[in-house]
Amino acid sequence: MKPRSSGLVGERLRRNDLIRKVRGEVRYTDDLKLPRMLHARLLRCPHPHAKILRIDPARALASPEVAAVITGKDLPRRFGIIPWTPDEYPLALETARFVGDAVAAVAALSERAADLALRQIEVDYELLPSVKDLDEAESKTEAGLGASGRDNVSKRVDLAFGDVEAALAASDLVVEGSYTFEGTAHAPIEPHCALAQYDGDGLLTLWSTTQVPHYLHRELSRVLAVSPARIRVIQPPIGGAFGGKSEPFALEFAAAKLAMVTGRPVKLLYTREEEFYAHRGRHPMAMRYRVGARSDGSLTAVDAETRIDGGAYSSFGLVTTYYSGQLLTLPSFAPNYRFSSTRYFTNKPPCGPKRGHGSVQPRFAFECMLDRVAEKLSLDPIELRRKNAVDASSTVNGFRVTSNGYLECLARVEEASGWKERRGKLGRGRGLGVASSAYISGTNYPIYPNEMPQSAVQLKVDRSGVVTVFNGASEIGQGTDTLMATLVADELGLDLGAVRVVSADSDLCPVDLGAYSSRGTFMNGNACLAAARQIRDKLVAAVAAKLEVAPRDVFVSRGYLCAVGDERRAISVTDAIALAEARFGTLGATGWYKSPEGLGGDYRGGTIGASPAYSFTAHVAEVVVDEQTGVVRVEKVWCAHDCGRALCPTLVDGQIEGSVYMGVAEALLEEHVIDGRGLHRGPNLLDYRIPTSLDVPDIVSILVESHDPEGPLGAKEAGEGPLHSSIPAVANAIYDAVGVRLDRLPFSPGRVLAALREQGGR
Amino acid sequence: MLIRLKLNGQLREVDTAPMRRLLDVLREELELTGTKEGCGEGECGTCTVLLDGEVVNACMVVIGQCDGRDVVTVEGLGSEAHLLPIQKTFVTEGGAQCGICTPGMLISAEALLRRNASPTDEQIREALAGNLCRCTGYERIVASVRAAALARSSGGAS
Repeated sequence: MKPRSSGLVGERLRRNDLIRKVRGEVRYTDDLKLPRMLHARLLRCPHPHAKILRIDPARALASPEVAAVITGKDLPRRFGIIPWTPDEYPLALETARFVGDAVAAVAALSERAADLALRQIEVDYELLPSVKDLDEAESKTEAGLGASGRDNVSKRVDLAFGDVEAALAASDLVVEGSYTFEGTAHAPIEPHCALAQYDGDGLLTLWSTTQVPHYLHRELSRVLAVSPARIRVIQPPIGGAFGGKSEPFALEFAAAKLAMVTGRPVKLLYTREEEFYAHRGRHPMAMRYRVGARSDGSLTAVDAETRIDGGAYSSFGLVTTYYSGQLLTLPSFAPNYRFSSTRYFTNKPPCGPKRGHGSVQPRFAFECMLDRVAEKLSLDPIELRRKNAVDASSTVNGFRVTSNGYLECLARVEEASGWKERRGKLGRGRGLGVASSAYISGTNYPIYPNEMPQSAVQLKVDRSGVVTVFNGASEIGQGTDTLMATLVADELGLDLGAVRVVSADSDLCPVDLGAYSSRGTFMNGNACLAAARQIRDKLVAAVAAKLEVAPRDVFVSRGYLCAVGDERRAISVTDAIALAEARFGTLGATGWYKSPEGLGGDYRGGTIGASPAYSFTAHVAEVVVDEQTGVVRVEKVWCAHDCGRALCPTLVDGQIEGSVYMGVAEALLEEHVIDGRGLHRGPNLLDYRIPTSLDVPDIVSILVESHDPEGPLGAKEAGEGPLHSSIPAVANAIYDAVGVRLDRLPFSPGRVLAALREQGGR
Repeated sequence: MLIRLKLNGQLREVDTAPMRRLLDVLREELELTGTKEGCGEGECGTCTVLLDGEVVNACMVVIGQCDGRDVVTVEGLGSEAHLLPIQKTFVTEGGAQCGICTPGMLISAEALLRRNASPTDEQIREALAGNLCRCTGYERIVASVRAAALARSSGGAS
């Protein structure tokens, strides 16, 4: 049954911020300017691994344009997004661990003066042995980058479910494969920026391009040793994030400290080059898989061994290491599973979460493996996936599944792409490939253990007929502000324009954990509905009294509350607000969401990957391979995504299109490469190629609505799931086109030609 | 150096060092923050403005080059009361997500529509190839430009 709606949910509404966006009126962090504002810059270490012997800022401080210089000694407390692995200083204290590690910060009258001052700071380094890649991380233990100092290990996870060896031994077919992913960057068009102000009341206000204002608030307090009650964090609208702004960064601490030291506002904006060094992008991974199957196509076991290049610091690495194995067990899987994942430290820019955290790389490997299994067994790869669809309510690793539109996703892309009629019949050079995936709708547990709500809103109802949503969630371009306004407007019979949203300001809004793990729609949506329904009940009660009918005989339509059966007896929402305010006093409500207790497997790490709901995705890609040049062109991608119920279909389409774009870019173009000296191969948007409007496929987005029982009006996530299987769909399509299996991303012309040459030589 | 330029249809004077980037003078002295900085290296197109009707990256032009010339930024598209068709269709077709590339994207699209009233999809993609978007996959941006061309030709243009 479709939940009730007064007509906005499910409609193709316009976002509520677009008019201001097309007029250039939306103010992002770097657009803010305060009186007496100083500009800051960071000095970064030019060596991959070095001991800091001496920092002398005297020459820089001699300039009348320089207000202050700070170093690691001014901020000697470690931070880290995961409470168990705080291993970073805002400015390196004794040791710098990658080219680009910040060692000092300058505040000056202008950005240029700050830049010039950086060159006047003298730093003496003693070079230390460095680690450049996974092989060195394993062998060069003397570098001692790990917590023990005796190896370079960041995190190791070994988990087994069922008897994998016995199941493989009893299989009719065992396929083995190795896959490599070099790492990619988020490359948001808006660079990181922070603006800090410290006032006479001792209140520190920080405006920042962060996806996690609450975690930032906590870490600022810890590192600066300032009570959280004396810190206000404001997150202005963000110009793209994709996971790259989901933990505290050096610039936030440095701007805050410099504002406290100088008593003047301080702004710090990263350059495009710094974006590539501050990084936190998708981890390089080297993955080995064994997959067993019976001759009828049923999978028997999956055995995975994954090495993860974490770069210099822990970041989210503990979670990444679990996710690399835990998030693979849907949608098509085997009853026996074992994975061993090890994250290593290297002297490179730290890696972190990028859209599809930790699970995009293994998904690429596993879905290519499934294509090979299908081929060996002469099965249609879609049939193989159908046959192995996990239909139980719990996965092999103990995750609860409440709604599942996977089979419909497969059927829809199969039909839309003309799979049955066209696959294998397009002639050499053109091919179709399929892949599928599943993803979390928010992680079930907060990053720091606590029993408090994970998302929350407060509603303020005005007599003018306007409702303001004070919303903890972070609008990062994905459209949460529009979504929350839609839910509230729909519940209360208001126009979208009558609901204003104030987001992510720690003084005004209740705590939300942030825009990560695709939690916004599910968790914040539920919080918003809970609050709106309290107001709705009061409006209905007040109108029922006025019309002298029972509350159950009042319904909310667009603009009015009406008596059932006699719609001429209607009271406008604005009048209903006045009636309710007279009857109940000032109208306001809070709403919150807390995920169900006890989700996840009953083993160490069994909660990581647990989510209140999972989304499902299937992709079919059509590619053309030029065998002369090795150039692969992805012509079209059909993506069917089960988002539960599509509350704002235009936003869901936008997330699907953006995800497919980003996945295809990682399949064909993007590669974050750090050379042996620790330098990025091309820290700019010409050398690090992200797609232009000429480089993208036609994208057909297909919405599958499975109606999750716990989602807000049935909704689930859409922001990250639709990226995953786009990459292996392209790989499998290349095989269909020219018969070569590519096991290393991206599928650049050189790699395609090499594979074709090897094929010709066989 | 005193620079005189026509900015969004109005004559403006600004006294500044001639080698300052047009982008900085727009955002700082002239307080037109609609034009964004994405890379400062001429790669992303986020700071695109019109200089005598031609699209340029405002991070690659110094203010000294703008003396006596005509500059149009996103704030100069449409008027207080009316949006241009290209602005309207970005709203109706959902041509923006985070919106950071939108000002530059609109300028490039408007420049295209002024020289080619009915561009093909390929011509639209070609014209926007200097403006990087990281959110949309360009689907809805191209649709917005297509719709704007239609609106202009059917008399919806201002």
